[in-house]
Amino acid sequence: MATESEVHLYQKRIPIFVRSVEGKFRSFKTGILVLAYTVFFALPWVQWNRASSADQAILFDLMSKRFYIFDLVVYPQDIFWLSMLLFIAATLLFFVTGLVGRAWCGYFCFQTLWTDMFMLIEHMIQGERPARMRLYKQPWNVEKILKVGSSHFFMLLVSFWTGITFAAYFAYAPQLLHDFFTGQAADAAYITVITLTITTYVAGGIAREQICNYICPYSRFQSVMYEQDTLAVSYDTRRGEGTAGRALPKEGLRAREERQAKGHGDCIDCGFCVQVCPTGIDIRNGLQYQCISCGLCIDACNNIMDSVGFPRGLIRYDSERNLKSETPTRPHLEWKRLKVLGYAVALLLMIGALTYNIGTRSDAEVRVEKIRQPLFVKLADGSVRNRYQVHIVNKTELEETYKVEVRGIPASALDLGAVTTIRVRAGKDLLLNAKVDLPEETAEHTHEFEFMVTPNSAPKEPIVRKVGFIGGEGK
Amino acid sequence: MGQQTTKNTTGHVWDDDLQELTNPLPRWWLWTFYLTVIFSVIYWIMYPAWPIGKSYTKGVEGVNTIKYTARTVDGKEVQKETHWNMRSKLMAETNEAEARQKQWFDKVAATPYEDVAKDAELMQFVNSAGKTLFSDNCAPCHMSGGQGKVTFSPNLTDDSWIFGGTYEKIHQTLTGGRTGFMPPFKDMLKEEQITQLANYVLSLSGEKVDTAAAAAGAELFKNPGVGCFVCHGPDAKGNQDMGSANLTDKIWLWANVPAQQDAAGKVEEVKKVITGGLSRGVMPAWGGRLKPEQIKLLTVYVHDSLGGGK
Repeated sequence: MATESEVHLYQKRIPIFVRSVEGKFRSFKTGILVLAYTVFFALPWVQWNRASSADQAILFDLMSKRFYIFDLVVYPQDIFWLSMLLFIAATLLFFVTGLVGRAWCGYFCFQTLWTDMFMLIEHMIQGERPARMRLYKQPWNVEKILKVGSSHFFMLLVSFWTGITFAAYFAYAPQLLHDFFTGQAADAAYITVITLTITTYVAGGIAREQICNYICPYSRFQSVMYEQDTLAVSYDTRRGEGTAGRALPKEGLRAREERQAKGHGDCIDCGFCVQVCPTGIDIRNGLQYQCISCGLCIDACNNIMDSVGFPRGLIRYDSERNLKSETPTRPHLEWKRLKVLGYAVALLLMIGALTYNIGTRSDAEVRVEKIRQPLFVKLADGSVRNRYQVHIVNKTELEETYKVEVRGIPASALDLGAVTTIRVRAGKDLLLNAKVDLPEETAEHTHEFEFMVTPNSAPKEPIVRKVGFIGGEGK
Repeated sequence: MGQQTTKNTTGHVWDDDLQELTNPLPRWWLWTFYLTVIFSVIYWIMYPAWPIGKSYTKGVEGVNTIKYTARTVDGKEVQKETHWNMRSKLMAETNEAEARQKQWFDKVAATPYEDVAKDAELMQFVNSAGKTLFSDNCAPCHMSGGQGKVTFSPNLTDDSWIFGGTYEKIHQTLTGGRTGFMPPFKDMLKEEQITQLANYVLSLSGEKVDTAAAAAGAELFKNPGVGCFVCHGPDAKGNQDMGSANLTDKIWLWANVPAQQDAAGKVEEVKKVITGGLSRGVMPAWGGRLKPEQIKLLTVYVHDSLGGGK
């Protein structure tokens, strides 16, 4: 127990020197790192033939308020796709976390990826963990300045390129790069690149696990999503500690039989699992909020178990229920649970809805609104006029002309005024005045008819909108 | 987690098991806090911050000033410069928006009426800008949709025009205003004659009337001693140059015939107009109040957007 005098309000960061490790989780993480970096850094440079904007495959054009994603053009009115996407992302997170814990944190989160990258830079320049610890302790001399300085230089370089790449999603990449270095780029580009360079460097190069521990909320609300059956990176306390605790493999404690006879568990207390942990925790203390579930301690422990000839899996993905159980089984995904299935159903439904929505998007949007002020107009000869506003949005990348007709009433009843050509520019919209005059007798029996808007480039696909007609004083 | 939480606590316990941990905060967190304090000091030096008596600290000159053009009540433009505030920011942004809008106003002003109406994009601007101008200036009498009000103001969405529905006539009406007038006939004609005239006028619009009375009314209409035809014309179709109404169409302005269900009521309505005449119907002149380009745009709006133009 700590006494009052020992309590400190603030503490310096305890530096973490991560030892590199080999194994299937490390390979998995490296694979994802390579894939994610390739996609992120290369994507803005992929060219795509485009009629209405720069030839870039992915372009978030904020000036013209359009997102280009390959052949998909997203307009502001498609913003609900984003809410669907966010729903899918959130549900996927809950679904995965309920099954296998913080997989996002350990393998996919950009904080993890960039921290991993920066640790790799440190490892390449400053050497393995003991070398880095020695460097940390030694006074500042030429060697230390060079090594530490160059690692931070490369971190800054990666951070800077991260910022450039991010900005390149919002402007034509080759042009942006040229403008950026010749001082002609927009203020927003410089602000974005500088901000991202600083934040990437600070978050991945300096703060590292502190982002997860103190800033990111996800590590704190993970406990809500974990269940008894959730697979988490766990230390098998029963097997590792035995009845007499863990013990170093000293003379007489080398073979498994000898250890079991003396009550010692399989953990040889080598500390490898702690040394490889990017957040610097000891998994043997149980599930902790600092654990980002990256599986590197599993790799480390398995390597040690192999070398001392003990079975693998002293640290493994396992569920709390199985670890506690008197008759433990092989760890397996326990997916037949109401919550997991519920998330899966919600996920599939929303993915289906989004795919359907994007798949059935149209090249033009047409809305016909009846003018209700006044509801109808009686003309000099007694015939009845209703007025409408026809709103056409051209969602293609080319200029388009349209034909506007009516169905269900005589074609001559429609009057578009003096407007001769209904031309809508690429990605723009047009509001058109339309008058419909019907003789008194016809007007009384007409309650609705249809507007037909036909793009001249696709004459066989008229867009039909049913509208109401008010023929007189409620007769 | 369980093992650690029982350690470093303040020792205080609430609600049986609620304890307060004494985990140390990271040192950088403290520095971040100091940084925010330094930031606030810089902020209040640069921007208006502290009240001093009836004044306040103004901040650094130039960092937070906004320039904008304001308009006084009598229409004069005044250059203003003030410190940043929501109102001045709004004014500056309104200036920018007006500059953008001006391009369109200029385009409408420079284009003949017929060509504006042909151009779907220009008409889109006429629709939106016209609606605003109309709502601000015209809607109090003509109603927000231009539908007017029987016995009060003409409907601008129908095809009947008292003073003419061409671009030029509408422009003239807007600029110079109009005054409707019809003399009262209560002293000149007998009650019975007025009834006969009312029947005739209603018959012109195809209403069911007392045919005998209508025939008598027709005679009175053409009678030089009564003189209806002088203004309304021998065919009763009115004269747009002087603003006399077309009595043969089915549109009513001053007599609220559409609101009456039975023939007697309709006759009463028309009689009211003939008896009392009209000195209402004043359309004010907008020439001095609206800019020429606004009047031009409103002309197209009334003619094409409201749709009654001829």
